[in-house]
Amino acid sequence: MNTFAKITTTEAKLFLRTPFMAIAGLLLPAAVLLAVGAIPGMTEPSPAAGGLRFIDAWVPSVIVISLAMLALQSIPGAVATYREQGVLRRLATTPVHPANLLGAQLLIHVVVALAGIGLTLGVAHAAYDVPMPKHPLLFLLTLLLGTVSMFSFGLLAAAVARTAKAAGAFALIAFLPTMFFGGVYLPRPLLPEVLRRIGDYVPPGTQPLQDAWVGAGVQPLQLVVLAGFAVLGTALAARFFRWE
Amino acid sequence: MPLIEVTELRKRYGSRVAVDGVSFTVDRGEIFGILGTNGAGKTTTVECLQGLRKADGGEISVLGLDPASDRAALTRRVGVQLQESRLPAKLRVREALELFASFYPDPADVDVLLDRLDLRDHQRAFFGKLSGGQKQRVSIALALVGNPELAILDELTTGLDPHARRETWRLVEGVRATGVTVLLVTHFMDEAERLCDRVAVFDAGRVVATGTPTELRAAAGASTLDDAFVSLTRSTR
Repeated sequence: MNTFAKITTTEAKLFLRTPFMAIAGLLLPAAVLLAVGAIPGMTEPSPAAGGLRFIDAWVPSVIVISLAMLALQSIPGAVATYREQGVLRRLATTPVHPANLLGAQLLIHVVVALAGIGLTLGVAHAAYDVPMPKHPLLFLLTLLLGTVSMFSFGLLAAAVARTAKAAGAFALIAFLPTMFFGGVYLPRPLLPEVLRRIGDYVPPGTQPLQDAWVGAGVQPLQLVVLAGFAVLGTALAARFFRWE
Repeated sequence: MPLIEVTELRKRYGSRVAVDGVSFTVDRGEIFGILGTNGAGKTTTVECLQGLRKADGGEISVLGLDPASDRAALTRRVGVQLQESRLPAKLRVREALELFASFYPDPADVDVLLDRLDLRDHQRAFFGKLSGGQKQRVSIALALVGNPELAILDELTTGLDPHARRETWRLVEGVRATGVTVLLVTHFMDEAERLCDRVAVFDAGRVVATGTPTELRAAAGASTLDDAFVSLTRSTR
């Protein structure tokens, strides 16, 4: 087994041994969706949601939970802890660059996020007849851009924070607005116009996700902005990251 | 040719001078001690030897390599135990050894290491559940897992009880017996006296004395290395 594969399997074991984040990222979105769908009226067509059912409009928002938990809570905590404990420094004295550890962490979190999102879609379809995305490729592209931008923000939080606690605090600054603009706390159709417009453009791209879903056609500008966030976040994280 | 050769090493952090013209050599097969109080420049010097920091001035040769430019080659041949470096609490002892073994081209046999460091009974234990002495045995094992020619051990016995310290000393002597050169960073004089063939005494970023513990005692007219150390480093207090 090559070194990166060995690091990744070891990190995956460690991830599963502290299962809070695994459970939160994997099961929480689907559970929230089930609970929300059980509220009377959520599965009825609503004029406020543009004739859609609330539950249909809300699935992309639920995806935000998974991405935000993993990217903005789990990753910054894990990476900052490794730096605080001297694990990254210890690794720097071996033939293996500590970037391998970062790569393994990202890979594991992306896999868990995608599994959580897949589970959410499956549950939405099975329990409430929410249709699958009308434009699957566009949906995947948006999801990819949204995921990269969110994860780069998480790495940026881990980069500028000295301790795991500080990383959590930095990440929370991004976490709460992300959840809010993403329509997790309040369904997006009920948000004031200006907040909804902001939410159209900020990661993880709830509006383009939704547009790809219902087949309304994604506005290229939204994808460009999302890609911009991804590039900017990655560049800043790379610029400010400290190994010790 | 010495295994390590340091000439006029200098390193500053901003306006603070951490290492101010340090020179010493370490021969193959010895246990060489770097002694000094906290802040004397020991750890900075060792970090420059490992290539973790870039020196501001002077020459360093480790195993004939320049740590700053040949770090990749150096990391394959030098094993390191870092001061205050921990492993993830939920990592098992055996997993840690197997993980680090995968980093090296010609690693030691994990089972042999477990036996040598008396960790066989704890191989399935989580790192976070180990005692201080057991944790240090794991970090020594990790320093040895790449079959290094040189082992750098930094503040090895700080925080250990007297039994665990003696046990750790015995292991370090065992490491040397297998032909590995040991660079030991410590501020414990009894440890240096017991283990080291030669030592360099650091004070305020300089080497104030080099020699065998016996030579240093004689030169300072002291009955113990502890007394010799105090009189060697007193001038700069």
